[in-house]
Amino acid sequence: MSILVNKNTRVLTQGITGATGQFHTKACKEYGTAMVAGVTPGKGGTAYEGIPIYDTVDKAVRETGANATVIYVPPPFAADAILEAADADIPLIICITEGVPVRDMVKVKRFLAGRSSQLLGPNCPGTITPGECKIGIMPGHIHRPGSIGVVSRSGTLTYEAVDQLTRLGMGQSSCVGIGGDPVHGFDFLDVLKLFNDDPATEAVVMIGEIGGSSEEEAAAWIKTNMKKPMAGFIAGQTAPSGKRMGHAGAIISGGKGTASEKIAAMKQAGIRMASSPADIGRSIQEALGQ
Amino acid sequence: MNIHEFQAKEILKRFGVVVPRSIVAATAEDAKKAAQELGGGVCVVKAQIHAGGRGKGGGVKVVKSPDEAAARAGEMLGKNLVTHQTGPEGRRVRRVLVEQGLNIARELYLAMVLDRTQSRVTVICSSEGGVEIEEVAEKHPEKILKETIDPVVGLTAFQCRRVAFALGIPAELTGKFVGVMQGLYRAYDECDAALAEINPLVITKEGQVLALDAKMNFDSNAFFRQKDIVALRDTDEEDPREVEASKFDLSYISLDGNIACMVNGAGLAMATMDIIKFYGGEPANFLDVGGGADKAKVANAFHILLADDRVKGVLINIFGGIMRCDILAQGVVDAARELSIKVPLVVRMQGTNVEQGRMILAGSGLTIITAETMAEAAEKIVNAVKARKG
Repeated sequence: MSILVNKNTRVLTQGITGATGQFHTKACKEYGTAMVAGVTPGKGGTAYEGIPIYDTVDKAVRETGANATVIYVPPPFAADAILEAADADIPLIICITEGVPVRDMVKVKRFLAGRSSQLLGPNCPGTITPGECKIGIMPGHIHRPGSIGVVSRSGTLTYEAVDQLTRLGMGQSSCVGIGGDPVHGFDFLDVLKLFNDDPATEAVVMIGEIGGSSEEEAAAWIKTNMKKPMAGFIAGQTAPSGKRMGHAGAIISGGKGTASEKIAAMKQAGIRMASSPADIGRSIQEALGQ
Repeated sequence: MNIHEFQAKEILKRFGVVVPRSIVAATAEDAKKAAQELGGGVCVVKAQIHAGGRGKGGGVKVVKSPDEAAARAGEMLGKNLVTHQTGPEGRRVRRVLVEQGLNIARELYLAMVLDRTQSRVTVICSSEGGVEIEEVAEKHPEKILKETIDPVVGLTAFQCRRVAFALGIPAELTGKFVGVMQGLYRAYDECDAALAEINPLVITKEGQVLALDAKMNFDSNAFFRQKDIVALRDTDEEDPREVEASKFDLSYISLDGNIACMVNGAGLAMATMDIIKFYGGEPANFLDVGGGADKAKVANAFHILLADDRVKGVLINIFGGIMRCDILAQGVVDAARELSIKVPLVVRMQGTNVEQGRMILAGSGLTIITAETMAEAAEKIVNAVKARKG
């Protein structure tokens, strides 16, 4: 077991003929992911790496039975790509694209309300169930199958944490990058609920960063509902107020969204907080009593 | 991206929000002419900088005559204005806005901002205008009214009326008030703003509803479709190194310390700053070279880091997923040679082709300190910087 994706996940790539789409579709296929279709409007009928390409998502889903999609299309067209995937009722939509305007995402979220599709991202690394299915841009080789769930707002910092886990001999059940944008799909809370119910996940690592209040909201739920040991880290403890730290969502505004507030809330919820980013792996070991 | 008050008011005017008559001036002489043109009576001279708290900092002055307008403008122009948002060095005042005086009866607060928990734009309104909203939120949370906007229908008239009646706006002015609210929302929406704030929104004794001050900032992700907004950027208001970095698509923020860092990914970059601090050092910057950084980007990043003469050491921390460590290593070696780097340099790489990368660094003949883990890297750069000082 795992969450979101497994060996039965059949993946469609939207934006398969662009450089990024090609590179990562190939890497995911090599990892063992069932890459069943691609979509690029106007390129229908061709193929890439043996994967058939369609003009529309609707047709790709009908002909290949894709049940997840990954989006690499450029920012001006990314929102439309999400809408098209939701219109085709694809259960899991993963948007990797960085730089989608907030106004577009506000409309996308409104469109998704009441529909069956769930969105991960945008501006996220994607998700992986080691040994079964990799969807996104994370380096596959640092992961090992195992029982630690990982959820994070960051990309490379997640790789850092996963690398620490793997070196300590702790494999991962699934790793989910929710992305650093202010308006996004899956939040910490959504992913934590899935991990809580997943028999293959023994413990969970949660990596947050400054800005917003997702970590605090998750902590409030964790305190009374989470059945599994957790470790955590918040990036941006030294970040100044009022400056956007790379991610559009990573900004301390009006004195809110500071690292210290988040760390306090997470500690209160019983999460073992790593004081240094180099100790994330060790913290989950400690949380597990090892 | 922030813009000036006078620019925000020009935008609001286009969307039907009434603003006081005003003229921008860059010299004391022009300020005098502006005051004359506005009727020669009471005016307000306002320093134009990208920071709040101007009033308390002495950047907003009421004047009674064109001569006095010239005098006050002369005192502000060319000087650095210090407010609680500028830092102790303040910001150079290059322009003032000369604005007609008004007979103010009431001051209100009105803003549009994204509510992240709801993924919707929210109107924030308060009867306490002219003071900072954070202060009101803390002391009198009951005085803050909110309306969440459905993107399908936009800000509706009934929502605006609900706010107007709750604020006790006289019935005969409700229509004007609704117009201002809807105009502000349309400006926010159509310009891809991230914040649009009118503080204060004033009601005059003559029954006008106007934006006395205006502040807007914008979502940089939408710049591809907002050419008119991008044209309003004033790089004089930004850190020169941040401006330089943005030309190369590097995300750079200047900080107060002396250990420069270059990292791929925003989260890892923040974590790298944190770990420098954890080992007793102070980061000089945040720098995210991005996922697909190549040799040229690494070289440009190096130039920007070393242009800061406070920098006493450099830490490079790259987790190569897509980015290959051998390419990064070559970029670092080339740049370090070209710039003949004189401060300690610690490189920590992990990920794809890490062995080839390490060999390139080792074979370069340069004194590059390498590290296996983040902790080791941070400890090494902090110690190297301390050793040079001592």
